[in-house]
Amino acid sequence: MNRIVSLISGIIFGIGLTVSQMIDPAKVLGFLNIFGDWDPSLAFVMIGALIVSSPFFHLFKSNKKPFFADSFSYSNNKELNKKLIIGSSLFGAGWGLTGLCPGPAIASLALLNNSSIVFVVAMFIGFYLAKFFDLTTQAR
Amino acid sequence: MDIVNFTPVSAFLGGSLIGLAVALFFFFNGRLIGISGIASNFLTTKNNRLDNFLFLLGLIIGPIVYKLFTQEEINISISNSFFLLGVAGLLVGSGTRTSGGCTSGHGISGISRFSLRSIVATVTFMIVGILTVLIKNTI
Repeated sequence: MNRIVSLISGIIFGIGLTVSQMIDPAKVLGFLNIFGDWDPSLAFVMIGALIVSSPFFHLFKSNKKPFFADSFSYSNNKELNKKLIIGSSLFGAGWGLTGLCPGPAIASLALLNNSSIVFVVAMFIGFYLAKFFDLTTQAR
Repeated sequence: MDIVNFTPVSAFLGGSLIGLAVALFFFFNGRLIGISGIASNFLTTKNNRLDNFLFLLGLIIGPIVYKLFTQEEINISISNSFFLLGVAGLLVGSGTRTSGGCTSGHGISGISRFSLRSIVATVTFMIVGILTVLIKNTI
């Protein structure tokens, strides 16, 4: 059953990115262009997502186990450190250059767009590099 | 500052769907959705590999399902050179793994749990993203 949930969650997430147009990097760049012609839509995407997901975490985190798995698995890392700031800054720079972040970039592979493919391949190389240099943080 | 192209209703609706996906994945599978984490773990570890693959497959199927139901074309525009896309991809890939999350992992899943780390990460990548666009537009 958890396999089906994984697939369905992915599909719903991908539809959400499409409905909200966040799949289009131009729309994301419009949000980051706060000092120019600003498109606040991305903020509404986040508000919509948080309104739905937040109550779930707070209602069910005291449950002993999830429906289709033995335990909840996420880290409770609370450390605010250099890696958090440096990593987020590198990500922010790449995001601002193109308007692409991991979710929309992967979802846009559906459109068989060469630019998305180049970005996603480079992003996967970036994942490997972080792993290779042992920078990976498994936590939020 | 001028407000342009603002689509609050579709943004809110699409965002709610994203929140629903995060909630389902947590409630049933006990895991947090962070696309950078799922994608890099799919590549680098055997744990949950099939689940991670199916999630990513779903993420790509999502826009196709949308197109089938609405009969609408999905338009995206990317104007960067392949070189710049490559540089940005490397920054996004290495950066998200170093900080442990991206727009979904820190920005949605993390903030949903009121994680201070995720709030700090989100504020940081938004400020740097905004500054990058500002610099790009001035040069």
